[in-house]
Amino acid sequence: MSNSALSANDADTVLSVRGAGKFFPGVKALQDVDFDLKRGEIHALLGENGAGKSTLIKVITGVHPRDAGAVLLDGAEIHPQHPGDAQGLGISTVYQEVNLVPTLSVAENLMLERQTRKFGLISWKKTEADAKAALDTLGLDIDVNRPLGSYSVAIQQLVAIARAVALDARVLILDEPTASLDGEEIQTLFRIMRELRGKGLGIVFVTHFLDQVYAVTDRITVLRNGRLVGTFVTKDLLQIDLINHMLGRELAEVSAHRHQDEGSYSGPKRSIQVKNLGKKRVLEPVSLDLNAGEIVGLAGLLGSGRTELSELIFGTQKADSGLVFLDGEPVMLRSPRHAIRAGFGLCPEDRKQDGIVAELSVRENIVLALQGRRGWLRPIPRAEQQQFADDMIRALGIATPDSEKPVGQLSGGNQQKVILARWLVSKPILLILDEPTRGIDVGAHADIIKLIKELCDEGLALLVASSELEEIVAFADRVAVMRDREKVSELVGAEITQTRIIEAIAR
Amino acid sequence: MKINERFYPILATLAVLALLYGYGIFEHRAFSDTYVLGALLTDNAFLIITAVGMTFVILSGGIDLSVGSMIAFIGVLMAELVTGFGMHPLMAALISLIVGAAFGAFMGVIIAKFDIQPFIITLAGMFFLRGVCFLINLDSVPIDHPFVAAFSGFKVQLPGRGWLTASALLMLATVIGGVVIAHYTRFGRNVYAIGGDRHSAELLGIPVHSTIIRVYTLSGFFSALSGVVFAFYTASAYPLAAVGVELDAIAAVVIGGTLLTGGMGFVMGTFFGGIIMGVIQTLIAFDGSLNSWWTKIMIGALLFGFIVLQRLITRSFSGMRAGAT
Ligand SMILES: Nc1ncnc2c1ncn2[C@@H]1O[C@H](COP(=O)(O)OP(=O)(O)OP(=O)(O)O)[C@@H](O)[C@H]1O
Ligand SMILES: [Mg+2]
Repeated sequence: MSNSALSANDADTVLSVRGAGKFFPGVKALQDVDFDLKRGEIHALLGENGAGKSTLIKVITGVHPRDAGAVLLDGAEIHPQHPGDAQGLGISTVYQEVNLVPTLSVAENLMLERQTRKFGLISWKKTEADAKAALDTLGLDIDVNRPLGSYSVAIQQLVAIARAVALDARVLILDEPTASLDGEEIQTLFRIMRELRGKGLGIVFVTHFLDQVYAVTDRITVLRNGRLVGTFVTKDLLQIDLINHMLGRELAEVSAHRHQDEGSYSGPKRSIQVKNLGKKRVLEPVSLDLNAGEIVGLAGLLGSGRTELSELIFGTQKADSGLVFLDGEPVMLRSPRHAIRAGFGLCPEDRKQDGIVAELSVRENIVLALQGRRGWLRPIPRAEQQQFADDMIRALGIATPDSEKPVGQLSGGNQQKVILARWLVSKPILLILDEPTRGIDVGAHADIIKLIKELCDEGLALLVASSELEEIVAFADRVAVMRDREKVSELVGAEITQTRIIEAIAR
Repeated sequence: MKINERFYPILATLAVLALLYGYGIFEHRAFSDTYVLGALLTDNAFLIITAVGMTFVILSGGIDLSVGSMIAFIGVLMAELVTGFGMHPLMAALISLIVGAAFGAFMGVIIAKFDIQPFIITLAGMFFLRGVCFLINLDSVPIDHPFVAAFSGFKVQLPGRGWLTASALLMLATVIGGVVIAHYTRFGRNVYAIGGDRHSAELLGIPVHSTIIRVYTLSGFFSALSGVVFAFYTASAYPLAAVGVELDAIAAVVIGGTLLTGGMGFVMGTFFGGIIMGVIQTLIAFDGSLNSWWTKIMIGALLFGFIVLQRLITRSFSGMRAGAT
C-alpha cells in the first residue's frame, strides 16, 4: 500500500494546490503553499495552532476565495464558489467546527441535499433508512429522529463524519475529526479511513495527536505560519523531527510527574467537598474531596459521566441529590451564576457552544469571567485588562496579531486557548477544566500543563477531566475514575499509573 | 414513545385552539355549527395564505414586512387591469402573481447578495408598494366582472348550515401546498437548515443564497395570491387595504408555534395560528358586550405566552444534552 504512495506520479495525484495564498486583514494566513494529495493515500496536514491548516482547507473547498494560486482536481483547475460546489465536484469535508444544524434531526443533518426522492418529493422512509445505514458504518446506534442538538459533541462529530463518508467522494477532508472522540471511536474511524483509502480515495487528515498521525497516515505535510515547511513520508520521519518542523524549534521538556513535589502550596487550606451529588438518569451520586493546592484528575471513557459531574458541580445541570460544601458550608448551586459567585469556574468541553463570544475581542473574552466574579459595577481598569490579556497571550502562545482582534477570527485552537485563559485569569477557588488541551498543538500542550501546575501551587483547587491518560498521570495528585455514570475508583499518589487507570475503567 | 421536543410548540397551539373552540361551543350553541367554521375559513383565508409565505421567511431566519402592502398593491393592480384595461380577471391574476413573485425575488436577491438585514429591505418594500398604490389610484374602486361575481358566489355546502367559499378552498390548497414544499422538498428542508444555523448550512453545502432568494420569491408569490383572493372576495380595491396584515401574519406564524429565530416550526401550525386569531375575533363578536380591541389584547397575550414558551424550549434544548448519550 505505502509503495503506491511513494511512487510520485502525476496520474496518481487527485488534488493539487499550487502557490495558494490567502490574506486576512493583518494576517498572511497562507503564502505560496503547494500541496499534493494522491489517490489512495491518507495525508496528514499538520502545524501549530494558527499555522493555516483550516484556511488551506477552506480555500480548497470554496469557503474562502483564494487570493493567489490554483487548485487542481484530477489535473483540471477548479473554482468552487461555496462548499456546495466542492461537494458537487467530489470533495467531501468535515470542517473543524462541527458544522451541523442543531435544530434539525440527526437523519436530516445526514441527508440534507441528498434525501431520496420519489417523483420529486422526499421519501422520508427511505431517507431515514439511508441515515441509519450511514451511522451503521460508524457503529453508531441512536434515534435518528431526535434533534441533533440533544446529543453530545462526540456524537455530533460522528454524525458529521458519517455524513462526509456517505458522500460518494474522490477526496475526503477531515479537519480535527478526532478532537472529541474516544479510543474505540477513533479506531472505528481509522478502519473506515483505511477502507476508503483502499477504494482509491485521497484523504486529508488534520490532527494534533501525533500518535494518530503515525497510526494511519502515509504522508505528512507541515505548515508553519502560513508557509509550507515540506511534505514527508510518514514512516521516514522521526517524531522528534516532525515536532521540530512544526514548531520551528525544539519542544521544551515536559516536566516530571507532579505528585512527587506535592505539598509545595502552603496557604490557607480551602476545601470543597462533593457529597453524594447526583441526578437521576444522568449521574449516580458521587462523593469527592477537592482541596486547595491539589489537582484531581477525572478519567473515564466518553459518556462515563465526566462531563456530567463537572456540570453538576458547576450548576449547569441541577443535581437532584447531594450537596457541595465549601469549607464546610453548603453552597447553593442552582445555576452557573451561583457557582461563579461562590468562586467556582468551569472551562467546558464544548467551547464553541458554551464559551466563545465571537464578536468580542481577545482581551474582552479573557476578562469576561473575572469581570463576572467582581460584579459589573466594579469594572476592571483598561490597563489591568490589557495586562491580563498580554500575559495570557504570551503564556499560552495565542497566535493573534494583537489583543483587539475579534476571537471569531482566530484559528480553532487559539479560540480554545482564549477560553482557557478566561478561566485561568479569573483565579477561582475551584477550577474545573473539561478537556483543557483538546485541539491544542504539541507546543502549547506543555505550556498549558505547566500553567495548570503553577495555578495549583498558587492555591487553586483543580478538577481536570481528560481522556488523555498520559496527561492525567503527568499532573494529577489524585484521580477519580468514572464508568457508566458512576465513580468506580479513586487513585492516590503512586497508584496513579496509566495501567491502573485503564484497569479501573475496564473492570 | 417519547414525544419529540420539536412538536411541543405545535401541540401548545392545538391545545389553545381546542380550548378556545371548546369555550365557544360551551358558551354559544351556534359555535358548534359548521357555519362558524366555514366563516372562519373564509374570513381568514387571505391572512392565512400570506402567513404560509411568512412561515417560510421566518423559518429561514428572516422577516417580510412587505406583505400587507403587497396585498393592497395587487388589488389596485387587478382593478387597473380588469376595470381599466378590460382584461379577464384570471389573466390579471396570473400577471399579478408573476409581479408579486418577481418583486419578492428582487428583495431576496438584495438580501442574499448584499447580506442586508431582511427587516430593512422589506420595510423599504412595504413603503414602496404602498406608495405605488397611491400612484395608481387614490380611491376605492370596484372590480366589476362576471367572473369576480361568480368567484364570490361559489359555494361548497358543508354538512350543517356551513359552506366553503372559493377563497377558503384556495386557502386550504395553499396550506397543503405549503406543507408539501416545507416537508417534502429539498428546498423546504434547506430553509429549516438555514434558519437553524446559517453558517453550518453553508458548510454543509446548501446553496444558501439561492434558497434565500427563493424564500422571498415564495413569500411574494403567496402575498400576491392573497391579494388576488382579497380582491375577488371584496370585489374592490383600495390603496389603504390590508394595513398591518404583515404583523397579523407574523402573529399567526408565531402562535402557530414557529420559532421566531427560525429553524423550527410547521406550516400546519401557521394554519392553526390563523384560525386561532379568527376564533378570538369571532368569540368577541359573539359576546357583543366586548369592544373589538379585545381581539388585539387577547392576541397580544397569546403572542407573549408563545414567545415565552419558545424561549423555554430553546433553553431546554441546550440543557438536555447530557441525558442523551
Ligand atoms: N475569518 C478570518 N478572519 C481573519 N483572520 C482569520 C480568519 N480565519 C483565520 N484567520 C487567521 O488565519 C490564521 C490561520 O488560521 P487557521 O484557522 O487556518 O489555523 P489552523 O492551522 O487551522 O489552526 P488550529 O490548529 O488552531 O485549528 C490565524 O492566524 C487566524 O487568526
Ligand atoms: Mg484549524
